[in-house]
Amino acid sequence: MTSRTYTVATLRTIASVLLVVLGCSKPANDVLIVGEYGSLTGNDATFGQSTKEGIEVAWDELKAEKANQIGGFTVDVRAEDDQGRAEEAATVVQKLVNQDRAIAVLGEVASSRSLAAAPICQAAGVPMITPSSTNPRVTQVGDFVFRMCFLDDFQGRAMARFTAENLGIKSVAVLKDVKSDYSVGLAQYFTDNFTALGGTVVVEQSYSAGDQDFRAQLTAIKARSPQAIVIPGYYTEAGLIGRQARELGITVPLIGGDGWESEQLLQIGGDALNGCYYTNHWALDAPDPRLQEFLKKYRARYGKDPDAIGGLAYDAARVLFQTLEQLAAEDPQTFQGLSSRKANTPERQAATKKLRDLIAATRNFPGVSGTITLDENRNASKPAVVIEVKDGKKVYNTSIQP
Amino acid sequence: MSEFFQQLVNGITWGSVYALIALGYTMVYGILRLINFAHGDVYMLGAFFGYFVARALGATQEPGLLGALLVLLAAMAGCGAVGFVIERFAYKPVRRSSRLAALITAIGVSLLLENGGILVFGADPKFFPQIIPSRNLSLGGGVTISNQQIIILSVSLVLMVGLRFIVLHTRVGKAMRAVSYNHTAAALMGISVDRIVTFTFVLGSVLAAAAGVLVGLQNPKIEPLMGIMPGLKAFVAAVLGGIGNIPGAVLGGLVMGITEVMVVGYLSPSYRDAIAFVLLIIILLVRPAGLLGKYSAEKV
Repeated sequence: MTSRTYTVATLRTIASVLLVVLGCSKPANDVLIVGEYGSLTGNDATFGQSTKEGIEVAWDELKAEKANQIGGFTVDVRAEDDQGRAEEAATVVQKLVNQDRAIAVLGEVASSRSLAAAPICQAAGVPMITPSSTNPRVTQVGDFVFRMCFLDDFQGRAMARFTAENLGIKSVAVLKDVKSDYSVGLAQYFTDNFTALGGTVVVEQSYSAGDQDFRAQLTAIKARSPQAIVIPGYYTEAGLIGRQARELGITVPLIGGDGWESEQLLQIGGDALNGCYYTNHWALDAPDPRLQEFLKKYRARYGKDPDAIGGLAYDAARVLFQTLEQLAAEDPQTFQGLSSRKANTPERQAATKKLRDLIAATRNFPGVSGTITLDENRNASKPAVVIEVKDGKKVYNTSIQP
Repeated sequence: MSEFFQQLVNGITWGSVYALIALGYTMVYGILRLINFAHGDVYMLGAFFGYFVARALGATQEPGLLGALLVLLAAMAGCGAVGFVIERFAYKPVRRSSRLAALITAIGVSLLLENGGILVFGADPKFFPQIIPSRNLSLGGGVTISNQQIIILSVSLVLMVGLRFIVLHTRVGKAMRAVSYNHTAAALMGISVDRIVTFTFVLGSVLAAAAGVLVGLQNPKIEPLMGIMPGLKAFVAAVLGGIGNIPGAVLGGLVMGITEVMVVGYLSPSYRDAIAFVLLIIILLVRPAGLLGKYSAEKV
């Protein structure tokens, strides 16, 4: 026997010992992988960052209260950056689902990106919960896609009612982002409802996300002298538009939707946005004890106030964690299928299917962004809150019920 | 009618930014017959240099005109240095190779600056400090102009006049013109061609930096990919005016800015980016040398 054969034999022994050891440590290695995707960088980076922070607060609670365990498995949340691009969202979700073997996916904020990723989750049979995409088409992708917030048909109606009834405005201009599913959809819902309430849209103009200069559109709008300008877009452009509108001597209020919700809105827009309104998912000064509890935790961890996007993400993560616990308690046998070792097995298929059924049955969940009850189309129905920008601060104005 | 004049004011301000960027394209082309595709990214760097200098000065409050001037000069100096480095390490080694090699190098440098910018500055937009708060001035008849627009116009004007003075009335300008006619003959006359080429690059980068800071001042959102579209359009503006021709670049920039704003205001904003290239095609068909360009016979 040569020395070489000895080496091979030794290696074999070591390998088999290792296999036995690793095989025995199975329970300790079992993880539940939750995927998360969002725009951590890019044009609307605060959306992804707030989502990540909200989910982390929920995960921290799980770590503190349950030692990060659900049904004997360790929970691992993996976040991916889609850079604010729809094609990148599809790529990272593909990775989360197929490579990381995620059991469920949380995300996105922008509807265009949720729409790019949803078909992947649907095809793989992995539940996807979008905390804050409002375009109705998102959950129409399939029965594995859920949403924690209101829809744009309701948001458009809320904006129209607030404009017509609360502000008493009869004529508006609409300035929408043609590159965004969210903006085009919301503009349409607003226009339909506003005309039904007897108002007129005197001029409709558009821009593309990433534009810098809106003076040409605003000058054309100014010539028709509307009583308000409705901008159903995202905060970066809304801030710039506000600034340039005031420079052109346009003094009427600007009205937006939940795409304005970001701590950076006022940083970009500055004083120009005083006296403007936008619909949102919550107001920070609401006296809800659950909300105040969340605020305390969030401030302690990040040293700043959360935005509604963060609150919705927190709720989405908590709905998921609670459903997982429910599944572990009610049907431990099926729950085993969610283990990271069971990827691509019939057990996994059965388990994610069961998980989907339980998420779909969510009723009266006490969220910080309001009570969450999912309807047969997997959407939550919640009131909209109108925020007014006053002296450089966001102030609660009124609530509009569905 | 006041709407039309307001759009004209918007168009001229926007166009003067294109003109500043287009000057850099046209000068480099005039001397090297090289289209410097990295030029739009130098403009982006100018905005970022301005951003960092303004923040270092603590200029979130009103620093006044002097502070603003300092920010502008610092960004121009920074980009001048970048222009020098780019020319020395990217273009000089391939200057004797084919023009295609130089063109591809330029695209490479452009991609390097864009993605390097994402790496260093981050892909999320930054907000340029308001070193000069905006105030409105009425021009009568409902037409308004902001003090920032006036600053953009006057700084552009001063820089363009300064450039014209350098090119027509200084020794180095005379040398630049000589090199643009014929490298070899200029070298035989004792002109250091290398030094003139470097000088041209630095000058062009300095102008792009000024454009970057001026745009940041007016539209305070800056990000690493902000140079791509303005860069392309300024290139079209340079071709429009007759590439290699300095007054042509200014004219081209203004025509471009005004057309764009009029298209958005009176037709549809969706055509905003398309119109630049429609203009380019028309010019190439009707007047291939550009508005102020001269026809030159190509030696075969």
